[in-house]
Amino acid sequence: MHPIRKQRLLIVIFVVLFSSAAVGLVTYALRGNINLFFPPAEVAQGKAPIGKPIRVGGMVREGSVQRSDDSLEVRFVITDFEADVPAVYVGILPDLFGEGQGAVASGVLNEEGVLMASEVLAKHDENYMPPEVTDALEKSGYDHKGNAK
Amino acid sequence: MIPELGHFALIIALCFALLLAVVPAWGAWRRNSQAMALAPGLAMGLLFFVGISFACLAIAFLQDDFSVKVVAGNSNSLLPPIYKFSALWGNHEGSLLLWALILSLWTAAVAAFSPQLPLLVLSRVLAVMGAIGVGFLSFSLLTSNPFARLLPGIPADGNDLNPLLQDPGLIIHPPLLYMGYVGFSVAFAFAIAALLGGRLDASWARWSRPWTNVAWAFLSLGIMLGSWWAYYELGWGGWWFWDPVENASFMPWLAGTALLHSLAATEKRGLFKSWTVLLAIFAFSLSLLGTFLVRSGVLTSVHAFATDPARGLFVLAFLAVVVGGSLILYALRAPAVSSRVGFSWVSRESLLLVNNIVFLAATLTVLFGTLFPLIMDALGQGKYSVGPPYFNAVFVPLMALLVPFMGLGPVARWKKDSTRRWQAELAIPAVVAVVCGLTLPLLGGQYNVWVALAVALSGWLVLGLLRDLWYRVRGAASPGAGLRRITPSYWGMFLAHLGFAACVTGVVATSQYNIEHDLKMVPGQTEELAGYSFRLLEVVPAKGPNFVADEARFEVSYQGEVIALLAPQKRRYLASGQVMTEAAIDAGLFRDLFVAMGEPVGEEGAWAVRLHYKPMVRWMWLGAIMMALGGFTTTLDKRYRRQRSAARVASASEALHGT
Repeated sequence: MHPIRKQRLLIVIFVVLFSSAAVGLVTYALRGNINLFFPPAEVAQGKAPIGKPIRVGGMVREGSVQRSDDSLEVRFVITDFEADVPAVYVGILPDLFGEGQGAVASGVLNEEGVLMASEVLAKHDENYMPPEVTDALEKSGYDHKGNAK
Repeated sequence: MIPELGHFALIIALCFALLLAVVPAWGAWRRNSQAMALAPGLAMGLLFFVGISFACLAIAFLQDDFSVKVVAGNSNSLLPPIYKFSALWGNHEGSLLLWALILSLWTAAVAAFSPQLPLLVLSRVLAVMGAIGVGFLSFSLLTSNPFARLLPGIPADGNDLNPLLQDPGLIIHPPLLYMGYVGFSVAFAFAIAALLGGRLDASWARWSRPWTNVAWAFLSLGIMLGSWWAYYELGWGGWWFWDPVENASFMPWLAGTALLHSLAATEKRGLFKSWTVLLAIFAFSLSLLGTFLVRSGVLTSVHAFATDPARGLFVLAFLAVVVGGSLILYALRAPAVSSRVGFSWVSRESLLLVNNIVFLAATLTVLFGTLFPLIMDALGQGKYSVGPPYFNAVFVPLMALLVPFMGLGPVARWKKDSTRRWQAELAIPAVVAVVCGLTLPLLGGQYNVWVALAVALSGWLVLGLLRDLWYRVRGAASPGAGLRRITPSYWGMFLAHLGFAACVTGVVATSQYNIEHDLKMVPGQTEELAGYSFRLLEVVPAKGPNFVADEARFEVSYQGEVIALLAPQKRRYLASGQVMTEAAIDAGLFRDLFVAMGEPVGEEGAWAVRLHYKPMVRWMWLGAIMMALGGFTTTLDKRYRRQRSAARVASASEALHGT
């Protein structure tokens, strides 16, 4: 074969092989590894799937944080002031997690509607609010202190 | 007064950038050598005024001038002076000024260190950099003026710098990262200048190669520091989160790695010319995209500052102009510069091609994962997030695919090689690598397939490199003479590839052998982890310059002997009241022991505690440092210097003959 054609063929084969490998990997990886965000109001309406990884975000309700005495289990309630979602997390919480603060928990909703959180993200500085939380509060029509707008 | 001076200097800098973008470009178009000759002077002027502006803001920070909004928002009179200084770039406005400063540094460096460049090319390159400067300086002045005052109502004290940022790593992480990010603008400017001139040849690649290598090396260091900082400062012992902003810095690095290798083929063999240009455009566009992602706050991330939609829109528009403009130019000009050089299947060229395809595929998959949530949100499909498992599932196999070819690279010859020669040279390294993979993980205790694979792959890289080095030295009179004969660019490649092998080993060993234990501990309790016993002695109050803390005292012993005292802290910063975890780490080449405090639990003075055993975690950062050193080393190569003196002779004779 002519060397330039051969070279072109070589390039095309490489590109096709690697890009199909990459596309295959991407679709395979995406299938199980993306999760959708739900504001508490939508969880209460039953829009969130049970047994699938999701994220729920809002404010941590005042007075809702209960720590277990003998383990690292923490129970708290995420609210958008329209509906509440109880959550359970075992482990060490981020420094800025606290009552009356914004937080996003990712995990799986069980049959009783409790979010079994595997990760909790809190805002990381005083002025910053996760965009999802801002959005959830906007939908529910309350500000971050629970006053109706 | 000083802030106003800084503001004024910034406006003058913008004027200089405008002149730099317009005058030399016009000169290059009309072949007006007087206009072109102005370019280096304008570049120096730009650096001078941005420098003044930066110094003014630094003075405002150091003097606690709380009438300046960013100072009031991000500094505090209790802050140690070094953090007052680094607080300058711990916020949006200041970090943008740092960006502008570094851009003007690169511009001035190109002006100062390019005597070998024909004036025509130099003026085009500097004009492109001037245009980028116009974009960023007007971004700074129009949407995020760092010198805005808080008048009236000057606060008595500042809001304090986010405690997470009060850390030595964060003093140098942003400047290094920006050196890398912005450094790709030089490669971009060279590419655009070449497209404008319609001359894409080996000399173009030789000019832009050292700049690209240095930018890439800085970016490697910057990313490595960021990862190291996250490891000890975020408090949870993670070193890479596939956070959108981490990805934002990683994508230009991936594209830059492809660019480095493609430039090698372009310089040595005149191959892949238009492809290389496209990669240069791509790498810089990804830097800009990174800026957009960080500055617009569209994604949830540890790096997001408080957001302002106007800023995001500005960067997006700028991005559209840069990407759109350069791609149109590429479409118009690239066919004119395409080349016809053949190479065989079995050659270094095809291995470099593999490198390019793998790194491009990696860049695109990371880009897709990073932008997927934005795309779905924009389409109204809901707020998705793409987690680390996606990135790991895509990225790890791609890298594993790369390494077998990467081991062949240094050994392979240009143009035409034979598989028989490869077999002869690399059969022994291959066998030894497999044996290493099978046996070495046994030292780590539990046998692990992934670690075995990683050891075999990095062994393949290292042994192949050593074998090649030996072949190069063998012919010389003495080993010393042989080693001296080897060029800096070879040493650079050698170091960088060795660093990559160290990285692979470190990443896989840490991820596989890492033991993490969260538990409740009371003073006096002992906990075993990977053969180490951690004894919590006491929890005592402690005090720092601007914080109070609870400090836990841990005694760590191994086989009955005390090897370390670790004192992690839970700090509360006085100015903001913010609480922060300060981990304590006993570092070692083969393992890190990591202790962090959670929160007090229950009544009897118990604390939630996180204990980590992290084997070989340092290898990853050492590997990144080696890669960066490799990048710097290549620029010492004689051929860049030789070319410089040759150019000087040429330009002198040109002057004599009046051409």
